[in-house]
Amino acid sequence: MFPDYYFFIILLIVGYVVGTFFERRHFRSLEQRERASINLPMVCAKTLPFAPDKAEAVAVVSGSAVISVDYFKRFLAWLKNFFGGRIKSYETLLDRARREALLRMKEQVPDADYIVNVRIETASISKSKKKNGVSCVEAVAYGTAVRLRKDV
Amino acid sequence: MILTNIETVPGKTIVEHFGLVSGNTIRARHLGVDILAKLKNLIGGELRGYTKLLQDSRKEATERMTAQAEQLGANAIVNIRFATSSIAGGAAELYAYGTAVRVE
Repeated sequence: MFPDYYFFIILLIVGYVVGTFFERRHFRSLEQRERASINLPMVCAKTLPFAPDKAEAVAVVSGSAVISVDYFKRFLAWLKNFFGGRIKSYETLLDRARREALLRMKEQVPDADYIVNVRIETASISKSKKKNGVSCVEAVAYGTAVRLRKDV
Repeated sequence: MILTNIETVPGKTIVEHFGLVSGNTIRARHLGVDILAKLKNLIGGELRGYTKLLQDSRKEATERMTAQAEQLGANAIVNIRFATSSIAGGAAELYAYGTAVRVE
């Protein structure tokens, strides 16, 4: 009754419409939360931006997020594979995962003064040769949260 | 137990080194979570099942590392690193390692 490609086209359309909607919503929420947590500086170096004896409490904090890409974007990336070049649809995927991971790390320690030595790592947790494997990426951010003594 | 991922513990001095401590855990994906993830893969977005799975695993790896350090008599671990590797189709290894020290 239905030819095979109908199903494929429906999947593409659903992926595009719903995926784009959720992605935009996610980016809006990211921007909002980034503005809200801008007072907590993250430092990407091991050197401390304060005198070491001012530290009151330290702890490792981490945040992570697993984000997957929608059907339409996966199809675009597959097409792009023939010609090479920049795959824009995957750039937003990694951007979302990293920013979400950083925000989750920050949100765990709202009373910290600094997060030093922040590291960001990504891992593709489902490497599957099969075509129907889940394609997603995990981003982990971790660092040392420091609270400073207020009386010094 | 104080955990940091820099070489020192700010505000304290390291008096004794105990060497490398590490903890790992290997987790396979849950079938139910897998089916949901595959559906979610159509529209993209966050796969909460996987996020939670990996967070729990990383916590467990950290706990194992901490237990090892406690056995040695350390009260802090510095220079902690996390690593992930996928060893098989549906399983991931989470690894945490650092240097156990005693601080004062």
